[in-house]
Amino acid sequence: MEPENKHFKDRVVELSGENVDLCFQCGACSSGCPMTQEMDYLPSKIIRMVQLGLEEALESKTIWVCTTCFNCEVRCPRGIDVANVMEALRQLVLRRKYDRVSLDELSPEEIRELPQIAIVSNQRKLTA
Amino acid sequence: MTRLAYYPGCTLKTNAKNFEDSTIATAEKLGIELVEPERWNCCGTVHSLSTDDVMHHLAPIRNLLRVEELSNAGEVDSKQVVTLCAMCYNTLKRSNMVFNEDSDRKKKIRDNMYKEDIEYSGNVEVLHHLEVLREMGWDKVKEAVANPLNGLKVAPYYGCLLLRPRGIGVDDTDDPTIMEDMLEALGAETVGFAYSQKCCGSYNAVHMKEVVADLAHKILKQAEEAGADMLVTACPLCEYNLGPRQSEVEKRYPVFKSIPVVYFTQLMALAFSLGEEAAAFTGNKPDPRPLLRDKGLLEE
Ligand code: SF4
Ligand code: SF4
Repeated sequence: MEPENKHFKDRVVELSGENVDLCFQCGACSSGCPMTQEMDYLPSKIIRMVQLGLEEALESKTIWVCTTCFNCEVRCPRGIDVANVMEALRQLVLRRKYDRVSLDELSPEEIRELPQIAIVSNQRKLTA
Repeated sequence: MTRLAYYPGCTLKTNAKNFEDSTIATAEKLGIELVEPERWNCCGTVHSLSTDDVMHHLAPIRNLLRVEELSNAGEVDSKQVVTLCAMCYNTLKRSNMVFNEDSDRKKKIRDNMYKEDIEYSGNVEVLHHLEVLREMGWDKVKEAVANPLNGLKVAPYYGCLLLRPRGIGVDDTDDPTIMEDMLEALGAETVGFAYSQKCCGSYNAVHMKEVVADLAHKILKQAEEAGADMLVTACPLCEYNLGPRQSEVEKRYPVFKSIPVVYFTQLMALAFSLGEEAAAFTGNKPDPRPLLRDKGLLEE
């Protein structure tokens, strides 16, 4: 089947280095994911959307709440690193300079109290 | 004394000073001198996953180059570098792998660093401190124990980046025992619980406080129900989300009972009887000392 938006799919595959066509929708990635309660689409659904070339995946909340915990990666029987696909989708948005968070939303006390690794990783993942 | 290069990373100098202090003191007791390279920089905290990214590998690789300089100058005894923070460990180790496995990016990274005195060889080995201890032997750790932690029930919390992705971690991804082995060498009893490898919410702590508090609640409650007196971690972000952020958990779950979270090296310092300064429990929230006094492991 031809993907709806082939260019989109090709970019995600290229940036993530993952062959999403290997996915057979077993759902193992979703069952181990700690963030599903906050997601609109399950991780396995996101993979399906990329397979089909559905660019709506970029609008999904899922890609922004993913913590890059690699639980999906260790569970996938097809060897797909779903976390890499999440990153590719975030990058496609961030590279157009659409930031998801801003430190301006934090109080000076919060900034002082948070460990640097929390702030730096948060900015690395959610801003361009 | 064996001289080993040590990459602290940013948070070990601030929020996690107790992790650093307890590590330096206990390592010395075991005959290891930790040597910090000059002019190290932040590793970037997260490994860059995009296949086309070069820029974010410069920071980690530059740190490894500093280690190589130390080694070339004969100031350390091996081409290894030890890390404490799980995020630094993961980031340095994975960038090193990219450098060694992707010749195209290796060249680009080197080109970006052409003004450095030496060219990075790719030969520095990135270790976590737990691996150094395992390599030395748990018997050696046991020999240093003067105050065995008998009667203390500890839940080892691995989190994510010490074990994943596959092929990166300090131990078997599915069935790790390294923390248990270490804690048992100190005389403590370890308590297994299902969420010991579940994510604490990580960097979402910055903008999704409530969600992270919910995750922390699940992890802490499960450890407590399994009979643990405290949790042990090797990551300053896990420590923050599970420890100081218990204040958020309490707001959302009024019946929640607080439980201490400490770094594994702090329990080593306690078991080695190295004194209050080395164990550095004043840096922990909630305070683990009342519990440790109750257990007769810490003097009044
Ligand atoms: S890496 Fe992201 S998608 Fe995968 S299990 Fe963790 S939170 Fe879920
Ligand atoms: S675990 Fe792998 S094969 Fe199964 S649904 Fe997820 S990505 Fe597809």
